Amino acid sequence: MSGQRLQAEAEPELAPAPLSVRGGGHDRAGRVFRWLATGSGVLILAVLAAVAGFLLLEAWPALSASREDLAAISWIPDDGSLLGYVGPLVFGTVLAAILALLLAVPVAIGIALFISHYAPRRLADVLGYLVDLLAAIPSVVYGLWGGLWLAPKLQGVWGWLSDNLGFIPLFEGPAATPPRVMMTVGVVLAVMILPIVTAVSREVFLQTPRLHEEAALALGATRWEMVRMAVLPFGRSGVISASMLGLGRALGETMAVLMILSPGLTYSWALLMAGRHQTIAANIALQFPEANPLGVSALIATGLALFVITLLVNMAARWVVSRRAAFSGAN
Amino acid sequence: MTRRRTALAIALAVAVSAPLAACGSDDPINHPWRPGGSTPGPAAPVAEGDLAGSLTAAGASSQESAMAAWAAGFQSAYPDVVVSYDPVGSGGGRTQFVEGGIQVAGSDAPLDDEELAAAQDRCAPGDVAELPLYVSPIAVVFNLDGIASLNMSPATVAGVFARTITRWNAAEIAADNPGVALPDLAITPVTRSDESGTTENFTEYLAAAAPQAWPYEPSGNWPLDGGQSAQGTSGVVQTVTDGVGTIGYADASKAGSLGTVALGVGDDFVPFSPEAAAALVDASPRAAGRPAASLVVDLDRTSTAPGTYPLVLVSYTLACTAYEDDADAELVAAFLAYVASEEGQAAAASAAGSAPVSPALREQVLAVVEGIAP
Amino acid sequence: MASTDTVTRTDAPQPTTHELLTRPDRRRHTVDRVMRVVVTLAFLVAMIPLVSLVWIVLSEGYHRLSPYFLAVSMRGVFGGMDAGGIYHAIVGTLLVTGAAAVISVPIGMMTAVYLVEYGRGALARAVTFFVDVMTGIPSIVAGLFAYALFAIFLGPGVRMGVAGAVALSVLMIPVVVRSTEEMLRLVPNELREASLALGVPKWRTIVKVVLRTSAAGIVTGVMLAVARVIGETAPLLITLGVVDSINYDLFDGRMMTLPVFIYRQYSQGLVPCRPDQLDCIATINFDRAWAAALVLVVIVLLLNLLARVVARRFAPAKGH
Repeated sequence: MSGQRLQAEAEPELAPAPLSVRGGGHDRAGRVFRWLATGSGVLILAVLAAVAGFLLLEAWPALSASREDLAAISWIPDDGSLLGYVGPLVFGTVLAAILALLLAVPVAIGIALFISHYAPRRLADVLGYLVDLLAAIPSVVYGLWGGLWLAPKLQGVWGWLSDNLGFIPLFEGPAATPPRVMMTVGVVLAVMILPIVTAVSREVFLQTPRLHEEAALALGATRWEMVRMAVLPFGRSGVISASMLGLGRALGETMAVLMILSPGLTYSWALLMAGRHQTIAANIALQFPEANPLGVSALIATGLALFVITLLVNMAARWVVSRRAAFSGAN
Repeated sequence: MTRRRTALAIALAVAVSAPLAACGSDDPINHPWRPGGSTPGPAAPVAEGDLAGSLTAAGASSQESAMAAWAAGFQSAYPDVVVSYDPVGSGGGRTQFVEGGIQVAGSDAPLDDEELAAAQDRCAPGDVAELPLYVSPIAVVFNLDGIASLNMSPATVAGVFARTITRWNAAEIAADNPGVALPDLAITPVTRSDESGTTENFTEYLAAAAPQAWPYEPSGNWPLDGGQSAQGTSGVVQTVTDGVGTIGYADASKAGSLGTVALGVGDDFVPFSPEAAAALVDASPRAAGRPAASLVVDLDRTSTAPGTYPLVLVSYTLACTAYEDDADAELVAAFLAYVASEEGQAAAASAAGSAPVSPALREQVLAVVEGIAP
Repeated sequence: MASTDTVTRTDAPQPTTHELLTRPDRRRHTVDRVMRVVVTLAFLVAMIPLVSLVWIVLSEGYHRLSPYFLAVSMRGVFGGMDAGGIYHAIVGTLLVTGAAAVISVPIGMMTAVYLVEYGRGALARAVTFFVDVMTGIPSIVAGLFAYALFAIFLGPGVRMGVAGAVALSVLMIPVVVRSTEEMLRLVPNELREASLALGVPKWRTIVKVVLRTSAAGIVTGVMLAVARVIGETAPLLITLGVVDSINYDLFDGRMMTLPVFIYRQYSQGLVPCRPDQLDCIATINFDRAWAAALVLVVIVLLLNLLARVVARRFAPAKGH
């Protein structure tokens, strides 16, 4: 950060340097370029304002509707409370995303470390490429695979979990047949975000300054100590932003949840029971086709809630990253 | 250097995409590369004409397969016509129809009063037409090893889905099925997770036929929380197939190899069939208080007439009797005439397992269709 | 420099160099070996589902795939007919995703340049923050936004390719900005300063030095962004609708895309075939869905491959 400011301050002195070959024309080009860059930033603000404005505008009829009107929508609770409807959805959305992150991030860090610092050079190149390819596979394909192939295979595992670890509220039984439950969703989402978290983490780990690594090794550190002292601290903010990318994908994933989960609107920790949870994105896709205008507006209000969740998550991540901002390549 | 590479990349992109653009064909039926040689498409159902243009429709996903068959048949008779059906759902179809974005809509439920008024505005000076052109039985399907069919009275079905009957060897089920070895297994009811016409018809049936065992209001959204559910007919069928001891309700055409329930009607048990579904529509009265062009059927779920299957989904085709554009009116009239024709109904029956409408109903529909004018 | 800080901090109280060199370090080596096994295991375990995914898509999609399947649309195909293909969906996916990339890559890249090279003060902070916010827009909401935008100007019920492209751009721009920004920040300031010291104007420094240095990373980021949007289903369902004929025109009429095609085929489910029907395959819809998924994956992989080649070509001589 500070280096950047330094450079920006240095610019006026450096730009009109006598060595400049062509002089005046560059000034205008520089201004146009700068204007284009700034304009793009402003355009993004405008687009976002438009989206947010539209969201609010479209959600307003539901936000301001009377309880009686809302209760007339068949899938809203009989007391007509929008909060009572959104609450379990928010819970389910966050639960699914956190479950996916908890499962995926440690494994992703492991894979990224393996590729960047453990695997033989030649193998690492191939693996890195493979992971990039997997990250590029569309989520609808992961959904198809998770719903049709993986989910049926998890039945036995969940049965075992609920039989043997059922005393833990998370694994409360009996496990549902077929396993259209939150746990399955978590696993599929984890597999889905694994490549993308890995790809970004690997990229960051590879950027660890060679000098840091060699310094650690020269001090007698083992490979793991080198990783722990040089690579992980350097890559921490990168891993966090990679996780955020994965979290974004998990929070907004529609297809896989839609195809796998038996939805229900409760605040339940029982991950292995059907009809307990639902996520916002899947719920919008599920109810949108048959919704009347007020229903659409209520669904958009839930979309607004999803928006706010991601906002909070991003702010939290930004805060964590900024506390650790010391390791930026630009320094 | 850089520029040359960019040029090369563009040339490559063009070289790759040019043949791609050239070899696309919009005629898969008669395409020479079709495996097994090309078979002729469906025979031209109506006299070849010079109709052209595009007819856009949207609405209930229940009609999707039937609409695909109708579009195919109609387009083969009029090669210059493009019929597209967007299965956005009944609600979406009704909204788009009222807004004027589409000429024809498919809906699992008739228009409610508010929508009816708005639709009348959209169709002015004509009327809105609601034609029951897609009639399909809903099957109660289950997955039990070695049992292909069970008898259940309405009260038993209601008890199973209300979760008051929880095991397959319960006395209520055994009483209706003497001689069947019922397993000692938990019943897992599977319902639709999305709001749907199928659910609405099913709950309407339960509420009408077994009011004691089914204390809930009829609704397009499943009233009980905390069970297995899935999106769409195929989602329900898939879930019932994947589970053990599962039972669900689905459009009969998708029942496949699952076991099905014969429902109690009077003292009999009637398995689903297109004929029995059509018989119920014939035995039911027209809904009162609607425009002349609106042929809405008030299904009689408690009918004890022999040979009727009470669990039926009637999906309506919405159109106007007047369009601003002459070409639109001509196109819609020709299309609906084809859909209501024997050939059209047979095409839907073969593609979607629906029940062909009876000759009496067809006459009423054709009378409305003839009235469609610019 | 920073890492030596960390080393000393984590190992407090500090041993002397002599102690470090002579202390028996069996425990440390055991930890090292254990971690090597753990990391390798994590890798192997994670590869199982990923490899199985690729395998399933290949094996399920392969037998339906043929030149015929790629060359024709679904016009006139219904029921269990052994006919029909995905040409219309391929065309739609390429056109819509291409248009989305054309919209979002310049905007996204220039925004990243602004943030890294020019941005200071409240505006830059606002842009950074709101790009983060934008990352969280649910895809279905982006679709609703695009639909409403076009509906206001062109009337309700409008369905056209470019509306889908706008929806995808809303999803794609923040990803492009973030990845480009990340890559630009990794360019060492020494390079910038060297260029500026030679009297090269700032904008030429950015174009010729900063962007060139990070070209490979930027292309990778753009590919990730394309990958994020190419499989989007929900927004395209709203904005493009569903059609079974070919449509080349981004500005008129409904368009089919591969993800929507996969979803539609999947949700149509099994076909009821009567025993007397010869031209009827019960699983035809699932077969088509898998084959279309395979094609979608292949397209993504080809794009990726292309990006690799481009990145390698445009990258400056490897210095590190």
